[in-house]
Amino acid sequence: MTFSNSAELLSFHWFAYSIYSTLIISVIAWFGYNLTKKEKAKSIVRIPFYTYIGFLVAMGVGHHIFTYNTIPWVSQDITRHDITPDATYTFEIENHKWINMPKKVTVQCEQTIEFDVRSRDLVYGFGLFRQDGSMVMQMQVNPGTDVNGILDPNDILWTFNHNGVFDVISTEYSGPDAYDEHTGKDLMFVKNFVEVVGCKKEGGKLEAGGNKK
Amino acid sequence: MSLIKNLISGTNFDHTSLNALQKVTLRAVIVSFLFYGLVALEGMIMRMVQAHATFIPEQFNHPDHYFSIMTVHPIVGIFGSTYQLVFAAFTFLVPFLTKKPLYSVKLANWTWGLITVGTALAWIAAFVWAYAPLYTLYWPLPADTAQFSAWGGIVFILGVALIMLGTFGFIYNIYATIFQKVGVHANKTTKELLISGFGIDGMLNLWHKLTGKPPYSKEPALALPVVAIFRGTVDTFLDAIVILTAGLLVLVYLIFDASGSPLNVASIDALLYKNYFWWGLDLVADGLVLIYVAGSWYLLATLITGQKLFMENVARAALMLELLVSWMVWSHHLLADQGQPEMMKLISGEMVTAFELLTQGLALFITLVTLWKARPLKMTMELKYLLGGLVGFGLAVPAAIIQADMGMNRVLHNTQWIIGAHVHIALIVGLYMTLYSAVYVLWPIVTNNTKLFSSKLSNAHFWLHLIGGIGMGAFMGMAGLDGMLRRHLYVNGEFNTWMILAAICGTMLLVAWLLFLINVVMSVGIKGLIGIFLPAHDKTASYGIEPETVAENHKV
Repeated sequence: MTFSNSAELLSFHWFAYSIYSTLIISVIAWFGYNLTKKEKAKSIVRIPFYTYIGFLVAMGVGHHIFTYNTIPWVSQDITRHDITPDATYTFEIENHKWINMPKKVTVQCEQTIEFDVRSRDLVYGFGLFRQDGSMVMQMQVNPGTDVNGILDPNDILWTFNHNGVFDVISTEYSGPDAYDEHTGKDLMFVKNFVEVVGCKKEGGKLEAGGNKK
Repeated sequence: MSLIKNLISGTNFDHTSLNALQKVTLRAVIVSFLFYGLVALEGMIMRMVQAHATFIPEQFNHPDHYFSIMTVHPIVGIFGSTYQLVFAAFTFLVPFLTKKPLYSVKLANWTWGLITVGTALAWIAAFVWAYAPLYTLYWPLPADTAQFSAWGGIVFILGVALIMLGTFGFIYNIYATIFQKVGVHANKTTKELLISGFGIDGMLNLWHKLTGKPPYSKEPALALPVVAIFRGTVDTFLDAIVILTAGLLVLVYLIFDASGSPLNVASIDALLYKNYFWWGLDLVADGLVLIYVAGSWYLLATLITGQKLFMENVARAALMLELLVSWMVWSHHLLADQGQPEMMKLISGEMVTAFELLTQGLALFITLVTLWKARPLKMTMELKYLLGGLVGFGLAVPAAIIQADMGMNRVLHNTQWIIGAHVHIALIVGLYMTLYSAVYVLWPIVTNNTKLFSSKLSNAHFWLHLIGGIGMGAFMGMAGLDGMLRRHLYVNGEFNTWMILAAICGTMLLVAWLLFLINVVMSVGIKGLIGIFLPAHDKTASYGIEPETVAENHKV
């Protein structure tokens, strides 16, 4: 099992957490109901203390093992400095404006792209969003320079497995000047910044010649 | 006629019968719930903007106004309301449980006074000057005088500083009371109290049991809830130091700016500052809140059942573990910061954070088993609220563990999921329902058996608060999964459906608060409310021990 993009992951997460929420609310409700009963309630399952503790530990640790093995951007993020991207885009932000940002980035399916965003003043964010508003990915953009005065990098590697056109939003609040004073319009919003092409409908690269499998 | 009588005089409340400890407790509780109402109103205003409501004044849609509300919303909510309520409860409970007088009622009055004035100042800074760097204060935004008035910033920081001074007052009062060598602790040494306060006696008892030795301490010097207060207050202290020093840094920059000689903001490393600030701020969310809550659950479970806590030594030891864990988990707030070392993300951000599932899960287990062993129980208001609190943390803690993951955080960080499914459910459902349970348990003790005006209103409050709290958090969380950011202004109704649903639940919360307020006012009456703020004739600083003993204690 591998999630090929954030949409798949978020759908899975929505489903799993909804089941868990229903379960925990039901358990406490059942528990509360039986607290008031005079006759002894029969436990549906008997959970020994150390089994419960073992379950908590397994869930706490297992959750990270699960995501490491099913979410591809985790290991890619950790080892990103050893990976050569297919393309790198470096640009800056100052005074709530993107500087040297390409007008549009076209990405071939399954290409790994590095975005290196640097801030000259405040903490910003860099996030890609689908046309329906859902998030592809994001990172924080911290300001700062090294001893030579070169701006600190904020770099992220991303492999695109699905076609789409993505907008950019600064995902961190950087003050009210990021918005139009009267209309509230987001002045840092960049429409259609990334376009991914060459993927099959269900994700993954088209075969040579462009035939859909 | 009877309603008017209730409104003016209450049921059978007599403020002149209250002693100094009861009065100072009630003062802070009243102010806390007034701030709660303010914070609920602020939340509803922001929700209306997000839901694209056309009937609200145009001004609320302006970014400077919107974000100034967002800046003070957590200040008023966390410090003005929650801190006040928790401090009030513990200021009463520590003397009550240790059977000793409070170290100083005067200091307790200063505590709520300073926090109230500090919160009001921070609110005024946002309202008058639209100072809006948000509670995160990410450097150098709070010192960015191109966007904010320096004077607004100075007033805001002074407000926060006063809140922290009030916090120090609370901390001093609590420890001074615990270490007083009077009453049952007359013959205890500081070392014995320290060992008990840190839960080391619980650990040694467990160790002795495993090695077949007799218990290290059959009767620990401090009751378990006092141990939780002792432990949580360590984090309260560390957190206050961090917030105060960060505030001083901002203040220095703002004062230099106002004097015409601005300092270079680039001298401060933004990521290092973020680490320092989040270390302190996280001691609230992942430190004192969790420890205080665990302690409150244990206390409530024992008071409701009248029985000993199940696995008390394990609970004592777990509280120590919780304290150590709380110092090492701040990196989960920095998983989206690419400059943060990967090892810190993995160890502090993921692995140590996962321990909170264990410590909080343990607290939940111990509380539930303690209740279960005492069956059958009457479903009182305090029991209902306690179960509500357990549900809240049962939902919010796993949500936190899920997002404290490098894979999940990439798509959840800064979204409404974090603030809805985790923070608001933890605070509104988990923490507040636990606190309401404590309010119902302590009500007859602190008010000298004042009859509550209406149990129907209490029930309506409970269900509206529970459903509204879970619903609002859930709908915010769903909006987050659809990509809605938490610190962003949406003016085109992008997430309208979720926000309208969240607004309906938010309205339930607001109505719940109003019903609670009506119930309290009708129980104590306006005369009683005013009377609570008048000086107490009875200067006793304790509850439940003979005045002679108190007098003796004071002599010591």
